[in-house]
Amino acid sequence: MKHLLSIGDLTRDSALDLLDEADRFKAALLGREVRKLPTLRGRTVMTVFFENSTRTRASFEVAGKWMSADVINVSASTSSVRKGESLRDTAATLHAIGADALIVRHPSSGAPRQVARWTAEMAPDGVAPAVINAGDGTHEHPTQALLDALTLRDRLGGFEGRRVGIVGDIVHSRVARSNALLLTMLGAEVVLIAPPTLMPLGADGWGVTVAHDLDSELPGLDAVMMLRVQAERMRGGFFPSAREYAIRYGLNETRRRMLPEQAVILHPGPMLRGMEIGYSVADSPQAAPLQQVANGVHVRMAVLFRLLVGEQADA
Amino acid sequence: MPANGPHNPAPRPAGERELMSESDVARTVARMAHQIIEKTALDTASSEHPVILIGIPTRGAPLAARLAERITEFSGVRVPVGALDITLYRDDLRGKPHRPLERTSIPIGGVDGSTVILVDDVLYSGRTVRAALDALRDLGRPRSVQLAVLVDRGHRELPLRADYVGKNIPTARSETVSVRLSEYDGADAVMLGAQEGPAQGAQAPDGAALDGDGEARR
Repeated sequence: MKHLLSIGDLTRDSALDLLDEADRFKAALLGREVRKLPTLRGRTVMTVFFENSTRTRASFEVAGKWMSADVINVSASTSSVRKGESLRDTAATLHAIGADALIVRHPSSGAPRQVARWTAEMAPDGVAPAVINAGDGTHEHPTQALLDALTLRDRLGGFEGRRVGIVGDIVHSRVARSNALLLTMLGAEVVLIAPPTLMPLGADGWGVTVAHDLDSELPGLDAVMMLRVQAERMRGGFFPSAREYAIRYGLNETRRRMLPEQAVILHPGPMLRGMEIGYSVADSPQAAPLQQVANGVHVRMAVLFRLLVGEQADA
Repeated sequence: MPANGPHNPAPRPAGERELMSESDVARTVARMAHQIIEKTALDTASSEHPVILIGIPTRGAPLAARLAERITEFSGVRVPVGALDITLYRDDLRGKPHRPLERTSIPIGGVDGSTVILVDDVLYSGRTVRAALDALRDLGRPRSVQLAVLVDRGHRELPLRADYVGKNIPTARSETVSVRLSEYDGADAVMLGAQEGPAQGAQAPDGAALDGDGEARR
C-alpha cells in the first residue's frame, strides 16, 4: 500500500490488519512514561490542510510525533495558497522540500488523489511521498472511518450482523461515505437515515439501506453514528430551520432511551450540542466521541507505520 | 497468528540438519532455569528487586514462559513473565518488508527496580538485543538487565554477550539457524540449514545481518 486515499484502497483483510495494528500500538503505549517510539526517526510528515481542523490535524501530528517523525503543519490560511499558488505547485514545493508523507485535507473531492498523481510524476526515481486523504470535499475520510470501526469493535466486539445507523447530513458527509464502505465491507449492516434533501442520489446503490424516519430505526440499531451538519458546504436550504432539524433528527434524551441499552453513540465531531445531539446524550456512557478521538491517534500511527515503513520497492 | 500452528508442522526443507532434538531443548531449558536461579538467588526471593523474564517475540516469548515454569518447579518461586515486541525499535525497518507488530505485555508493577532477563531464541548480530534494550529503557529503569538465549550462533556486530546460553553453535554466515517450538511449529527442534537466495531474516545485501529472531521467523 503506497497511499491511503479511499477505503476502496483497502481490502477486508488489510482493513482488519490496520485495526489490529492500531490495537497493538495502543497496547504498546499503554502505561508508558515515555510515549515516544523511534520508528519514524528521520522521516518528515507534512499535514497540508486547506480546511480548518483541530482533531484530525492534531491527531496526525501526535501520531507522527509519538513515532519520532518530524511533523510540519502547513495550513492554507498561512501559506502561499493565500497568494494564489495552485495545488500542483504547493504539492511540488512540499515534495521538493523532502516530505516522506503528505496528509492532505482539501475542500475539493479528489484533491489528495491528484496530489498523489502529481508527486509520482515529479519523482523520476519512483520515490514519491505517501499521500493520506485526511478528508476531501464530500468524498472520503478513510482514517475517520477506520477509527470509527475500531471504536465500534471495542464496544460491540465485532461487525458481523451488527446494524449501524448513520444519521444526518449524508449528502455532504465524507465520513458517511467512508464509513458506509468500510462497515459494509467488514460485515455490518448500514442504514443511512436523513431527510430526503440530505440523502445523496443513488445512496441505495452503496449496499446500504436508506431510511427517513429516525424513531422507527432506533430500536433496531447496535450503533448510531450522528453526523455534523455541514453548513459550510450547503448552498441553499436543505431543511427549514435548525430547530426543525433537531426535532426530527437530533439524538435527544427521549430518542437515546429508544436505543437498545448496549448501543453505541458515535459522533465524528465537532458536535453541535442541542441540535445534532442532546447535551446529556453526548456525555452519556453510551456516547463514545472521546474514545473515537483516542483511537484516532492509534489508527493514524498504524497507517503511518504501514505507509512509511517497509520496502521502498512498492513505492 | 503463527503461520504454522501446532497441528500444522512446518515442512522440513531439504538439506537441513537437526542440531537439537525435542529432548535436547527441554534439557537445555531446564539447565538454563537452574543457572538463572543460581545467579539471581537473592533477587528471586526478594520482593524489592524481583526477577522478571521478558521474551522477545516470536519465539523468545514461549521460551520465557517455559523458563519461568521450570524456575517455579525447581525453586518454588513464581517469576513474572512478559513479552517485548521490538519491531518499532529496529534499525532495519526501511527497505524491508512490512513487519506486523507483536504483542507487548509487561507484568503489573512494571520493570522499575527489577532484574529483567531478556529471553530470545537465537543470538546472532546482537541488533535485536540492542533494540530490546532501547525498548526497555522507554518502559522504565530496571535494576539490571541480563540476557538468556537458547542458541548463540556468533557473528556479533555489537559488543554484546549473553548471560545464559543454551548452546553455542558456531556457524557460517551463509548458514541459517532456526529454532522450532511446539507453540508455533508443532514440535521442538533447532535446525541448521543452508541459505538459499535472500532468505527472510538472513544476511542483508549490505552485509548487515539481521538477528536470530528474524531468522527464526518463517
